[in-house]
Amino acid sequence: MKLAIDQALSLHDDALRLRAQRASVLASNIANADTPNYKARDIDFSAALRRAAGGQPVAAAGAVRLARTDGAHISGGAPSGDAELLYRNPLQPSLDGNTVDPHVEHVEFSENALRYQASLKFLGDRFRGLRNAIKGE
Amino acid sequence: MSLLNNFDVAGSAMSAQSLRLNITASNMANADTIASTPEDAYRAREPVFLALLQGQRRETVGVHMAGVVQSQAPVGVRHAPGHPLADDEGNIYSSNVNIVEEMVNMMSASRSFQNNTEVLNTSKQLLQRTLRLGE
Repeated sequence: MKLAIDQALSLHDDALRLRAQRASVLASNIANADTPNYKARDIDFSAALRRAAGGQPVAAAGAVRLARTDGAHISGGAPSGDAELLYRNPLQPSLDGNTVDPHVEHVEFSENALRYQASLKFLGDRFRGLRNAIKGE
Repeated sequence: MSLLNNFDVAGSAMSAQSLRLNITASNMANADTIASTPEDAYRAREPVFLALLQGQRRETVGVHMAGVVQSQAPVGVRHAPGHPLADDEGNIYSSNVNIVEEMVNMMSASRSFQNNTEVLNTSKQLLQRTLRLGE
């Protein structure tokens, strides 16, 4: 029987990485709640996870790609691994051009942190399962 | 690890907000300062925040204090010939600090500071739990 650790972890490691990325994007939004002309940003988590599950480069979706007419050309485009950053549609933008709604960001950040912990728990359980299988007790 | 960037981001925001609180304190302290010429009168200071791209991938955005500007609102003039600082016409010049604006600034700064401490705390907890992964 073959056991690939990556397969055993299923999607939880990708989910954890994307949750961490989203946490830092949301932290940036909260930090810049008072900065003029700052536009709130976010990532499309489910789309990014779906792409990670499909094994495609995560940044693909709407990104502009360079044409490669020779095998020696570098691939260009956004580096893979992280989700594409999008802009939030503001409900009530301020007069100074800032589109951060602190309450929305706060809720999203808390929810994201909770889901990060959930992924962490799943991942921990997978590791525990693997260890039990190795010990054979 | 992108969670580590949160410390930089929240830290920069906290230092910017505490500087803003400091400036508000100076303004409120000098609200009743008197001068003998309009040029010498105290003018309210205001911080200018700027978003600053951080991290290797330039996707996290900290707060940078671009500078401090002085309010252009007209300073107050009062006719008080008996005042020791009065000029030849008997006028003294007071600051252009608006106490109500400063109070609102103070509350906004302290709220934003609290928000960022919470982000910092949550990120720290998440990282600590990540370190204990698999135990």
